Amino acid sequence: MPDFLLEVGLEEIPARMIAAAQAELARRVEELLTRERLLGGGAAISYSTPRRLAVLVGGVVTAQADAEEQLTGPSWGVAFKNGEVTPAALAFAKKAGVDVAALQKVTNAKGEYVSATVLRKGRSAAAVLTEQLPKELAALYWPKNMYWRAGKPERFVRPVKWLLAILDHAIVPVEFAGVHAGNLSYGHRILHGDHAVTINKPADYAAALQSAKVLVDVEARRQRIRKALDAVTRTVPGARWREDEALVDTVTHLTEWPSVLLGNFEAEYLTLPEEVLVTVMRDHQKYFAVEDAAGKLAPHFLAVLNTEADEQGIAVIRHGNERVLRARFNDARFFWDFDQKISLEDRVEMLRSVTFQKDLGSYYVKTEANLRIAEQLALQVKERGVAVDELSLLIATKLAKTDLTAELVKEFTELQGVVGGLYARAQGLGETVAQAIYSQYTPASTDDAIPVTVEGQILGIADRFQMIAAMFAIGLEPTGSKDPFALRRAANGVVKILAESELPLTFSDLVKAADASSDKLAAFFRERVEFYLRDVRAYRYDVVSAVLAAGHEDVRDAMAGAEALTAVRGSEDFAAISAAFKRMKNILRQASEKGLPAGGVVNDQLLTDQAERALFDRANTLAPEVEKLRAARKYQEALEQIATLRPHVDLFFDKVMVMVDDPAVRQNRLALITKVLVGFSSVADFSEIVTG
Amino acid sequence: MAAAPVFTKKEPLTFQQLLFRLQSFWAERGCVLQQPYDVEVGAGTMSPDTFLRVLGPKPINIAYAQPSRRPADGRYGENPNRLFKHTQFQVILKPPPSNIQDVYLESLAAIGVDLREHDIKFEEDNWESPTLGAWGIGWQVMLDGLEITQFTYFQQCGGIDLDPISGEITYGLERIAAFLQDVDSIYDIVWARDPVSGRAVTYGEVRFQEELQFSVYNFEAAEVEKLWEHLRMYEAECQTLLKSFQDLKKLEPEQKVHDRVVHGNGEPEVERDVEAELKRFPVLAAYDLCLKCSHLFNLLDARGAISVTERVGVIARIRNLAVGVAKAYAAQQELKAL
Repeated sequence: MPDFLLEVGLEEIPARMIAAAQAELARRVEELLTRERLLGGGAAISYSTPRRLAVLVGGVVTAQADAEEQLTGPSWGVAFKNGEVTPAALAFAKKAGVDVAALQKVTNAKGEYVSATVLRKGRSAAAVLTEQLPKELAALYWPKNMYWRAGKPERFVRPVKWLLAILDHAIVPVEFAGVHAGNLSYGHRILHGDHAVTINKPADYAAALQSAKVLVDVEARRQRIRKALDAVTRTVPGARWREDEALVDTVTHLTEWPSVLLGNFEAEYLTLPEEVLVTVMRDHQKYFAVEDAAGKLAPHFLAVLNTEADEQGIAVIRHGNERVLRARFNDARFFWDFDQKISLEDRVEMLRSVTFQKDLGSYYVKTEANLRIAEQLALQVKERGVAVDELSLLIATKLAKTDLTAELVKEFTELQGVVGGLYARAQGLGETVAQAIYSQYTPASTDDAIPVTVEGQILGIADRFQMIAAMFAIGLEPTGSKDPFALRRAANGVVKILAESELPLTFSDLVKAADASSDKLAAFFRERVEFYLRDVRAYRYDVVSAVLAAGHEDVRDAMAGAEALTAVRGSEDFAAISAAFKRMKNILRQASEKGLPAGGVVNDQLLTDQAERALFDRANTLAPEVEKLRAARKYQEALEQIATLRPHVDLFFDKVMVMVDDPAVRQNRLALITKVLVGFSSVADFSEIVTG
Repeated sequence: MAAAPVFTKKEPLTFQQLLFRLQSFWAERGCVLQQPYDVEVGAGTMSPDTFLRVLGPKPINIAYAQPSRRPADGRYGENPNRLFKHTQFQVILKPPPSNIQDVYLESLAAIGVDLREHDIKFEEDNWESPTLGAWGIGWQVMLDGLEITQFTYFQQCGGIDLDPISGEITYGLERIAAFLQDVDSIYDIVWARDPVSGRAVTYGEVRFQEELQFSVYNFEAAEVEKLWEHLRMYEAECQTLLKSFQDLKKLEPEQKVHDRVVHGNGEPEVERDVEAELKRFPVLAAYDLCLKCSHLFNLLDARGAISVTERVGVIARIRNLAVGVAKAYAAQQELKAL
């Protein structure tokens, strides 16, 4: 069976889009071959560089097998009236390409029909691919597309330069975007030049391009970069390069033939904060930072090149890169010095002209609101016995947004907060203030750490919650996939800080402090807590539902509940209790559908059966014990206690019929199960647990 | 850092030689060489040779240097890397040839960059100008870590979808010259060298005064109230012109029907050749007025006179002018093509 190779040559694809497009193209080709019965069991291997996407499929069937197909025509009665052939039968036979005599009778749900068996000739793989591949290429998803040909016949990520499509030795004449496929590829733009590379058969592809200075295998390129980073760094004694997975990924997708050079910068720039230096290197120049044995930034950088050069050649390129970095560092230093002319304190007034949101006013207004919230939260935290430096917190909150007016932040927007913190330190405002400002935007994502200090944590919560509450108040809550103000991320930050700090704060505390109230806001936060427990903490979804159904507005409390529930949910007794609670809930639901009241006090005079009396008695003695444990947050012990109800519950369902005819007894039994259900669902709603 | 002798093996181009080379390179590849536009602009894209010529179906290859004024970027001549007015070399290829990237790379060879000795990358960088209602897809071209060119496939201009699209290549001349000459400050760039004495005239000698004085004006001396007034006046005049064009345009279909209608009293109706009036309508002048507004906005911004809230509004006002001019220009071109 032949192999198939497709390569799409493009002008440089944006690095961020390559991995997904590579995977999607491989999937599309594989699915096409499967759908068309052309896949002979081989799997697709895919490749990419900035200038190409490629898919190689081993073992493609040369042609589809011929297939018999059953066509259904008019009803038998219409086709053969009184045994006579009618025009309807003739027309159908003609359409199917068979003799009238070959028509058969089939019986289906609607009655008797005429049917014909036709042979569908299998098409060649080349024919199918030529016809179908252009559609698959056109359907590739790109976050941003462009037109390039006059008349705008197609949109694609960048102009298509060449197509290569071969089934073993044979060219598959695919055409896309005005380009006809051949068996030619192209090597590295500079190192190989613009003469074509002939690919004789698919299996030669990677090797042929390697000799044309292109590593088409992404993983091979990534490994080569990592090894080169290691090797070059070893030339500096004791040095290490700062691991940066995302940057490795970017430079892998920016190069076809990567190499690494070590550059240097003047040690005097090390007086600038490390954060600024690293941002310039990483975000603006795509350089890796280098640190010394003690983890301190060293005056070196690593640049990943898309070329190879001898030592003299590297010297030229190094010199160029060093020039650029020096200029960038100079700029940063200029901004840093310039910004020191106006203190953060004096910048507060400047916030009046920085818009936060057009209907919510300026950052000055936001700062005032932040101050009110932070003050209240601090008060509560203190009342509940956690120490907080209120004065520092309030200074930090007041100054938190002032770095938005700093030149350095205008230049390096990703450093907002960090710059404010650094300036606060430089201006002698104290470490607590500096720390809180510095860390106000952390955690930036779910795998980021929360602020270390209580003051930073409170500022982080106040700032985010203020924004969320204010946006909700003017109807700008996120809907579906639309979340233009990233409120979900902000709320995730609040939840994470509440969950991972020691702050004794609940959702209602935040609502009260922000003077906000909205059912939507509560539902939104519940959703974020759920997200945190499930996606960040990896609790089972039924555990999370059970815990949240019991109404934990304290995030750490919900976590403790989930932890306890996870520990006991596997036990046999507990599974039985869960099933029984589900059954009780169902009975109550059915009762309520019939309009039967379910609540009320259990009348022990009416407990006629031994089993229901036993359950009642046990529930009565157990309830206070469970409540005591719950109040002490000993959730696992509470749950274990509840599990001891099992024999009583089992016996109850075994011996007692709830929905009996006698209304008084029935009502009393409904009251009993309501009592059990409500009384023992304060830690978690077990009926949510998926059993069996 | 000791410079190895490899850096001096070639005599690098002076600033003016760099411009000559780019001009002759692109002239040899069929570009019309235009002079810099003589109204203040923030970028080569704003010159009517780009902003207006990319509209409509008419092909054009054109190249020009464009001094680009960005008042807020002024640094009193003190910052070695930033200028109030820098020079862009702008190339428009409409439609772009399929080998446009290769031709661009050849142009680098023409200015003395041997690509085999350097690291060159095309990194995603899509260009967008909200004030011009324009955007495109493209790259920043990185040479040894330095952004030397913005390369854009223009997709929309003045709110109008382009067909054919244009390829736009924008070289930052000061950066490239500093790179070629290996100087750390723009002001140290050799602008020209006397062929007889060999004496060098530096960029600083030619331009420092301008950088200093315009920084003083832009940041300190410009009268905010007058700037606002100028802005209002230019805007009003531009709007009046655009309104007249639109009114004239509305007459156009009727004109064909009533052309030769004679009144009952026997006198012929005053005939207006609306089509001719539209064809000679000063759309280009309206665009100059729009450019004036844009520059005044930049001045006000540099003076810190525009709050962030106002900013959005003023940008929208200028965008309206630019979009209006683009529409009028496109309509006028359509008439001329008939």
